[in-house]
Amino acid sequence: MAILDLQGITKRFGGLTAVNNVSFSVEQGAIVSVIGPNGAGKSTLFKLISSFVPPTSGRVTFNGHVITGLPPHEVARRGVVRTFQETTIFKEMTAMQNVIVAHQLRCRASSLGIYFSSAAARADEDRFQLSAGEILDYLGLGGVKEMVARNLPHGNLRALGIAVAMAAEPNVLLLDEPFAGMNVEETEAAVKMVRGIRDRGVTVILVEHDMSAVMRISDKIVVLNFGTKIAEGTPSEIQQNDSVIEAYLGQTDEEIGH
Amino acid sequence: MNGSGGAAPGNDCLPAGLKLRFAALVMILLVVIPIVLGRSPYYITVLTNAAVLAFISLGVWVTFSIGRMNLAQGAFALVGGYVTAILSTRYGVSFWLCLPLSGLASAVLGALVGWPVLRLKGVYFAMITLSLTEAIRLLALNGGVVTKGATGIVNIPRPGAIGLFGLTILPEFNGADPLPFYFLASALLLLGIVGVWRLSTSRLGWVFRSLRQNEDLATSIGINVAKYRVIAFAICCFMGGIGGAFFAAYHQNIYPATYTIADSVNFMLYCFLGGLGYILGPVVGAFLLIIAFELLHAVQDYQTLIYGILMIACMLWLPNGILSLAARRDAKQRARGS
Repeated sequence: MAILDLQGITKRFGGLTAVNNVSFSVEQGAIVSVIGPNGAGKSTLFKLISSFVPPTSGRVTFNGHVITGLPPHEVARRGVVRTFQETTIFKEMTAMQNVIVAHQLRCRASSLGIYFSSAAARADEDRFQLSAGEILDYLGLGGVKEMVARNLPHGNLRALGIAVAMAAEPNVLLLDEPFAGMNVEETEAAVKMVRGIRDRGVTVILVEHDMSAVMRISDKIVVLNFGTKIAEGTPSEIQQNDSVIEAYLGQTDEEIGH
Repeated sequence: MNGSGGAAPGNDCLPAGLKLRFAALVMILLVVIPIVLGRSPYYITVLTNAAVLAFISLGVWVTFSIGRMNLAQGAFALVGGYVTAILSTRYGVSFWLCLPLSGLASAVLGALVGWPVLRLKGVYFAMITLSLTEAIRLLALNGGVVTKGATGIVNIPRPGAIGLFGLTILPEFNGADPLPFYFLASALLLLGIVGVWRLSTSRLGWVFRSLRQNEDLATSIGINVAKYRVIAFAICCFMGGIGGAFFAAYHQNIYPATYTIADSVNFMLYCFLGGLGYILGPVVGAFLLIIAFELLHAVQDYQTLIYGILMIACMLWLPNGILSLAARRDAKQRARGS
């Protein structure tokens, strides 16, 4: 059964149609990549799914419930969690504190209980401490737990961004360019990490430019061009798809022309 | 809980050093000062003012912790003052009931105003709150029979006695002795520090910090950003209202000009001067500036000018406040010790 289903999602900014009537569905436990030339509307599509931006029309269904129109924190609470393109983290906190704060959705104590440090609040914090340590170890950040995030090297920041998202216990994780700016070995490690996340039962949707990584990792690929879906299929189907080749070759021609 | 993590979110074990410092503060405020200065009403009055102004500034510090510069605290002190003035003169409500009610009234107003306004950030939020201070003053000025306009409300009764089963726990406050007000002010301040301390070290404090550092990221992990912003702002306004209520009963009067934009700016300045990164920042800032200006009577005409220069100097050379000097020294000692 599809865990996430997009139907006719459209977003217009004034006269510009950033995303035009895009529909596809994502199966539980799959890794789905959204690819396309620059400005194809990939990042906007992510914001639409996670409700950071409301669509002009169309709807997103998660586990059979429409999530379009819900506030973004509510969508996260339901289990659709996004990461950010830039290395967006809480810079003044340590890696550990970043991930502990991100456990907010798992709080059982009330605000007053938290304030007066009730038994439930203390139990929460003990659980979060353990869970945060486990997530950081799993993502290879065990050695930098107590480092302030702003001092972490670039590669660790991306992993920390994913660790923060994982703390929110997503059912569907939206990764915005998880391999950007990585060399071959780093990408290899990151690909393994994303597979590992999937193997923990998290459905992964990613926006990515790195074609070789996308082809290796994806169960399904959705191709956007000028906001419109031009193809959808397995990696091998996409590689042989004429309109995809045209979209990418067309872009290459342009680049040569400059 | 863990002791080694030090500042892990939700860690309620305060470092021993901080507990010791707080105990010292309690001793100084409640024992040393009354014994040493108890017979000079002038200094007791100055310290009473400083304590409650520090309490009000602590509220501003809470809004700083979510990354908003609040220049409306004067307005909320004014609201609190008028609530106490109206309730006690017109309806004979006891000061001890007026005090929390004033805080609540300011908090409710703060939540209503804050809900839409807190979407703004940086200088835009500061500007709106600045004009709010002016708007509330004008509201009080044109409030007709409710606020009595420019004449203000005078003859506000002092706090009455508190008794239980015929036993007097707290005697009636009278005009002759400033010490009861001083003790009330100190108690308020100590409660305020403990309250904000608790807030800041609990998960709520960490949620506030996450808002300051990145609201989008906070949203993405399921934090209801709008809700927590309003909670932080309402806490701030609550403290402003309580402080305003205290001064209304202390001075026994309130006018539209009791709190102006200059007061709102000063509350913020105390936070800056002491240090935004420290709970005691606004307390240190308030006491330093208020006592310094009482000692330097000669320059009081230039208060605004000196405050302005101080603020610029502080931002240039001590952007993390006076307490950052102490923190630097502590770090050096620790480095030497290990």
